Amino acid sequence: MIYSEKVMDHFQNPRNVGTIEDADGVGKVGNPVCGDMMEFYIKVKDNRIEDVKFKTFGCGAAIAVSSMVSEMAKGKTLEEAMAITNDDVAEELDGLPKNKLHCSNLGADALHEAIENFREKKKAPEKTEDVKAGDTGKFSCPYCDGPVEGMEEACHTCQVELDRCDECGNVLRKDEDKCLHCGATKVRV
Amino acid sequence: MRRVYFDHIASTPLDPRVAEAMFPYLKEFYGNPQSLHSYGQETASAIEDARQKVAQLIDAETEEVFFTSSGSESNNFAIKGMALAQKARGKNIVVSAVEHQSVLHSVKSLEKSGFSVTEVPVDRYGLVDPEDVRKAITPETILVSLMLANGEVGTIEPVADVAKVCHEKGVPCHTDAVDAVGNIPVSVKTLDVDALSLAGNQFYGPTGSAALFLKKGTRCLPYIDGGIQEGGKRAGSENISGIVGLGKAAEIALKELQERTEKVKPLRDTIIHRMRQDVDHVILTGHPENRLPHHASFCVEFIEGEAMLLNLDMKGIAAASGSACTSRALKASHVLLAMGFDHAIAQGSLVFSLVDQNTSEDIDYLFEVFPEIIERLRQMSPLYPKQHEE
Repeated sequence: MIYSEKVMDHFQNPRNVGTIEDADGVGKVGNPVCGDMMEFYIKVKDNRIEDVKFKTFGCGAAIAVSSMVSEMAKGKTLEEAMAITNDDVAEELDGLPKNKLHCSNLGADALHEAIENFREKKKAPEKTEDVKAGDTGKFSCPYCDGPVEGMEEACHTCQVELDRCDECGNVLRKDEDKCLHCGATKVRV
Repeated sequence: MRRVYFDHIASTPLDPRVAEAMFPYLKEFYGNPQSLHSYGQETASAIEDARQKVAQLIDAETEEVFFTSSGSESNNFAIKGMALAQKARGKNIVVSAVEHQSVLHSVKSLEKSGFSVTEVPVDRYGLVDPEDVRKAITPETILVSLMLANGEVGTIEPVADVAKVCHEKGVPCHTDAVDAVGNIPVSVKTLDVDALSLAGNQFYGPTGSAALFLKKGTRCLPYIDGGIQEGGKRAGSENISGIVGLGKAAEIALKELQERTEKVKPLRDTIIHRMRQDVDHVILTGHPENRLPHHASFCVEFIEGEAMLLNLDMKGIAAASGSACTSRALKASHVLLAMGFDHAIAQGSLVFSLVDQNTSEDIDYLFEVFPEIIERLRQMSPLYPKQHEE
């Protein structure tokens, strides 16, 4: 089996599947081009995540990651939940195959987005952060999830050839026709 | 737990009669076929016997068959060998957009040494139009490669018509017939191709044993340089037991092909029928009639293939998928994308390919567990419309 027992358990019996009608925060990440889509819904009370639900379109790892993230986040303060990293999720699942690590990114990202969404709603509505992914200066390889600065021609970890999306600025594989992050069709020169 | 194997396209089980034929060549007969002594002559004649049987299966001459280690090797051998042998004439190769990776990556690697590649599109069934091949051929074109049957969607391509176009233009034609040979009648004379790849593990022969047909007079450089094995085109001590097994599998396939087809085809039709009847939002991929008799492929909407495969495997059912998550490269099936499916639909790819041993009880079992699996995954999916209506 390519997955750990823990991954298979969360895949078979995912916790917290569903949506929350009057959610305080919603986070949606991914798109079908990259294979996975996740939606996280949170209820917040006294700065704590009181309830969390998710919906996921994707592979076994994506489903297990969503389930694990939801379990890890429940009952945590927003700060604690924001501190959950991709590595934490993968570790809690007793590891993920190398080429599936990007799924764990999506899980934590979706949760963080739901929290951001809650904070934005609470704060002044004009404070919107429209940061292009390209401005943050830190990426991960779309294949092996190794660290990528953004300007290198190939991933240092797995040697896959890299490129940048014209649309969202994210890192993608050179031979990819569509951006995994925003779904934009790559313009070939 | 009941175990059901629906993954013919990955590999067929070894026919017990093939295994029986192979055993002596793993035990008693071990001489190198190139040796002059009687040990060598015993295995040499076994290899020539196998060559004859493989030739008979595809209606070729014995000396036109070259043994290799896999379908992928046969494809590499033909494409690189034929391209390099003719590079003085021209440097363009025409392939279809739905070829196997071993064809697409072979031409990609040739691109690096100055060759150009033209990909011919397919329609929504995965079919190539021979007229598109005619338009793609230029005076620079030195090779056309079109698969006989597609493993992912089952569609059988009009290879004979394409070969005719090629020969009108004076261009040799190769066909990757790995998914076809042993499963549908294949004659290199009827197809009139110059090269054809086949593999033993697609018709109950051993994995690791395959062949390339090269029509007499076809220009093709050696694939492995070395000794004089395989007419000097593919050096290296022969895989004796594997070759003997391939020969035996070819002999059985020639005799029992019709019987096999009569057995698997109704089962395949039942899968297609029940999939439409028992499950909503499922699309049959590939050509509805003009397809491999053992092949039923679908796209299940709103969910992803790997998640389905894992669930099926937990119920003992082995199937395949072309979803991005299933492939280690994390890329959606180039076949389905070339057929015009969007990424979300292509992610739901599911392929059932039948083997001899399958029974109607296997199909009943599949539909006992499958609708429930789909429903469970769909309930989890943000793409499932029923959920949004709630």
